[in-house]
Amino acid sequence: MVNPSIEAVDLTKCYNSFCALSDLSLRLEGAKCVGFLGPNGAGKTTALKILTGLIRPTKGKALINGIDVQEDKKAALSTCGALIETPEIYPALSVKEALMMVAEIRGVPSAARKDAVMKAISEVKMEEWIDMKCGKLSKGMRQRVNLAAALISDPMIMLLDEPSSGLDPRGMAEVREIVKGLKKKDRLIFMSSHLLSEVTEICDEVAILDHGRLLAYDTLERLTSALSVGNARECEASFSRDLSSDALKEIGSTEGVLGLKLVEPRRLILSFEGGNEAQERILAKIAGLGVGLIAFKSSSSALEETYLRLVKDSR
Amino acid sequence: MRIENVPERAIPRSASQLKTIAKYELTNYLRSRRFYVLLAITLIISGLLTAVVAYYRPSGFLSSPLGFYSSWWGLAVTYILILSGIFFGGDAISGEFQNKTGYFLVVNPVKRSTIYAGKWAAAFIASLAVFGTFTAVTVANGAYYFGLDVPYQFGLSLAFSVLYLISILGVTFFFSSIFKSGSISILVTAILFLFALPLTQSLVSNLAQMEPWFLITYGAEIIGNVLKDPYPAHIVTVQLGRVTFTTYNAPILNGIAIMAAYFLVCAALGMIIFDRRDFS
Repeated sequence: MVNPSIEAVDLTKCYNSFCALSDLSLRLEGAKCVGFLGPNGAGKTTALKILTGLIRPTKGKALINGIDVQEDKKAALSTCGALIETPEIYPALSVKEALMMVAEIRGVPSAARKDAVMKAISEVKMEEWIDMKCGKLSKGMRQRVNLAAALISDPMIMLLDEPSSGLDPRGMAEVREIVKGLKKKDRLIFMSSHLLSEVTEICDEVAILDHGRLLAYDTLERLTSALSVGNARECEASFSRDLSSDALKEIGSTEGVLGLKLVEPRRLILSFEGGNEAQERILAKIAGLGVGLIAFKSSSSALEETYLRLVKDSR
Repeated sequence: MRIENVPERAIPRSASQLKTIAKYELTNYLRSRRFYVLLAITLIISGLLTAVVAYYRPSGFLSSPLGFYSSWWGLAVTYILILSGIFFGGDAISGEFQNKTGYFLVVNPVKRSTIYAGKWAAAFIASLAVFGTFTAVTVANGAYYFGLDVPYQFGLSLAFSVLYLISILGVTFFFSSIFKSGSISILVTAILFLFALPLTQSLVSNLAQMEPWFLITYGAEIIGNVLKDPYPAHIVTVQLGRVTFTTYNAPILNGIAIMAAYFLVCAALGMIIFDRRDFS
């Protein structure tokens, strides 16, 4: 089995004098989840559309597993599932029929087709609506069916364009769980999103785009560290009970801690320096305090600050 | 990191994918309101013809089997074929852009030409269902008045009608691939087939006194002409005082060639346009 890869080589898309994408060069390889961030109109969807053969680049190449999408789309997308924007589905087909069509097109063997469809439907929690006509589904339900269609052949690569768009909070959480499930199965996922908390929670790496140009591509940690003042990092800790002022003092005195921000009585944002070693030390210290630590993760506000700084600098 | 737990799966050949797309697209068509509307129009036309012929017993219809088929068939079949083409082909491709259904299909490992051909095949079969209904009512009426003595010319006319349907769908799919709005592509093809082409044909042959060999509607006249005995002469000149009028009738082979050429050229261009068109 090949190492999954997505590659953009000098990818450019211009509409008359306006360039939606300018010389994007990016190579993603191996099993990981890469978040694709950028303001509206940055060129994220344009890049994903070129990668899935929905539009042609003005210049450059889009390669999936080393195969040029423009030259041989069928081979390039053979191991790739995609959800771009919110597609409409043929209105008179039932959910099951629409997914059977995709399964047939993608070569799921007839003996396994029904199971594959049922599994995809169950992953997106649409069992109740399996026989409903697609034309009668709400936007959120349709997005779930679209996600099921992308999942149906268990592809090696997933290209997702704001997959939780149009979903209610529960649906968003379910999408996050689906993507996390894909990560556990060692897939390569390239996902655009405006939800920085979602990207922080799911993604290993982040690519930031603005005005059609790639501003940064790195791991979440390196990116947030590199762009934070004095290599400071932020983490968020959640507790099962209110934090006492003594506990706060104790945490604040830990080596490497630069500052504390109690955003809620049970949620604390710590800024610190010293990289992973310091993070490990601080986590151990808080856990040892017995103050009801229930979660400790990179703060989405760190990514937000990095993102805003990068996007502001590019303007 | 190499990925090991992905099922090895061969993507089906394009012919198999075409069949799949045609199957589900046809299901979508046969459940659509437009299919039932067109079927209703066809049944209304058939019902009116049945009632009028039964009540008034016009001599043109009932003089001979060939006269019957010529009058009945010649009166309505081209309209039914054109309406089928417009209903099923008018927005078949433009709808993929306008309704965003293309985003559901095109991101899969399937060539756009396969999607185009699959949708065309579905539109053709759905149109054949409507056309078949009209044919069945025609033959049933013919059998009622003349028994099962169906003239061989009707068989030829039937075959030419199917060819005309093929070429109409070729043209409507071509226009459908040009426009991104379904309603515009439907409107353009309707105006083209119902007004623009017949008007151009009339102007070219009557005023310019030229053979309209380049018009599909001219080629399609073989559908009605083959039911005339004898088959009309290619060029007919009528002298009225000092003015000479010339009318043209496409010979059968020319008619077949015109319709086939329209289909081949439009299908090729339509596929190329759809293949190169951006979903943006």
